[in-house]
Amino acid sequence: MGSVGAKEVPVLLSPEGIRVDGRRLDELRPLRVVAGPLHRADGSAFVEWGANKVMAAVYGPREVHPRHLQQNNKAIVQCKYNMAAFSVDERKRPGLDRRSQEISKVIAEAFESVIFAEEYPRTSIDVYIEVLQANAGTRCAGLVAASVALADAGIPMADLVPAVAVGKVAGEIVLDLNKAEDNFGEADLPMALVPQSGRLVLLQMEGHMTREELSRALDMGVKGCHVIYDKMKAALRDRYSAARPTEVAA
Amino acid sequence: MDSGHLPGHRTRGREGHSSHPSRDRTLVLPGEEIPSDGLRPGSGTYRVHGKVYASVLGLVAERPPFVQVLPLSGRYIPKAGDVVLGTVTDVQGTFWLLDIGAPRWAPLHMTGTPWRIEIGETDRYLRVGDAVAVRVENLEATGRIGVTMVGDGLGRLEGGTIITVSPARIPRVIGRGGSMIQSIQSLTGATMIVGQNGRVWVDGTPEAIGRVRQALRIIDLDGHRPGLTERIQDLLGSRPPDVTVPRLPAPPAEPELAIPDDELPEPPDEP
Repeated sequence: MGSVGAKEVPVLLSPEGIRVDGRRLDELRPLRVVAGPLHRADGSAFVEWGANKVMAAVYGPREVHPRHLQQNNKAIVQCKYNMAAFSVDERKRPGLDRRSQEISKVIAEAFESVIFAEEYPRTSIDVYIEVLQANAGTRCAGLVAASVALADAGIPMADLVPAVAVGKVAGEIVLDLNKAEDNFGEADLPMALVPQSGRLVLLQMEGHMTREELSRALDMGVKGCHVIYDKMKAALRDRYSAARPTEVAA
Repeated sequence: MDSGHLPGHRTRGREGHSSHPSRDRTLVLPGEEIPSDGLRPGSGTYRVHGKVYASVLGLVAERPPFVQVLPLSGRYIPKAGDVVLGTVTDVQGTFWLLDIGAPRWAPLHMTGTPWRIEIGETDRYLRVGDAVAVRVENLEATGRIGVTMVGDGLGRLEGGTIITVSPARIPRVIGRGGSMIQSIQSLTGATMIVGQNGRVWVDGTPEAIGRVRQALRIIDLDGHRPGLTERIQDLLGSRPPDVTVPRLPAPPAEPELAIPDDELPEPPDEP
């Protein structure tokens, strides 16, 4: 974070292959997942991933608003990704912008391919993702949080959807870019995996990579996703296992 | 896809359970494989390439010939015959729409009420925000939930308050043969109506309602652990806690109303 905003490109990779924040090439940032922190939502989750902090809430299946979006053979999946004004160093102008609309769309489509929407015709499953603090990789953090929130809401689906970004920094393929690497690196490749089937349900890329680099990056991302998958499952187990301590809040 | 067994070919029995530890009641998450032993995928599961996976977060239940997952969370899924508590969200000329905590709003037609209503006069009987006890009558493939207000214990709820718990906990709120509601009612002096949709109507003195609220919160958060009855009885005790000053000399007037399918009780008269 420290050198972001500096004019010259920071040294992103030491000769020993250590990254700006001290990680190895294939190392994830610390990840913490909490299932069910909100009581009003049908399901919720909070994710802290490196310096990212993301809250997700799921409502539904519920009545569709506005009515004309209703589909009479299945539920629709609506997603709203939003960054708080205070989530970045320079105040972000609140509200919808092209970036958040795009992210909302790709996340909603990723979930549409795993949710068994035919079980709830004429309803809507609404996913809200609020980025409270951003440090690169918020669409992946949002997807992870929303996916845990969907499971917490009891929505039937094929699997949880772990996600991670892979990228190219100083000529090397690295896992889970941070802000400096995202800004000054050569490529960014966010991806979301369905572990049960091995399918990718989100794949975007910015920058350049050779074909060989792309296939190495995908392998690295899939491995990363499995680590994240285990943390997501642990968070849900923690909330629903019999040893769960009594909560205080109402 | 799976052709390894025939419908009706049931090999599971007691010995099947003893050969390996029972998987019943283990917690599974969406996407986790459930060893099915030839059982067919039931609700809360799906099958790909002959393997059965969970589709919801819940507990595995083997119900030969099916293996299913009983959800631990999620909205109320209506079942015909359930008594549920709802609030009016919309009033139309011949019907009201009720929020019963299900995926859809449930229409209550004016012919499903004990009243004789002229078309267009629906809002003289129930308005937006009113609470009612209704019974789920029919479920259509479209997801429409038909409800009726004709029947014992059904009608408009007056006074009291509604406390919400997880619909998955309602069997614990009721207890075996209604034992839990009965003991909560008799220990607090409150009157309760339990809806299968996780809503509980409670009426009584403010102290009684507060204590029922505490008891329901314990059931909601901790109801899956054994010894629930004892914990509730410890909480409610045989006498109210010393900190509260009794306002009425002898409040336990209603506890003979133990099962919620009596007529709707009137709110207790103020002294």
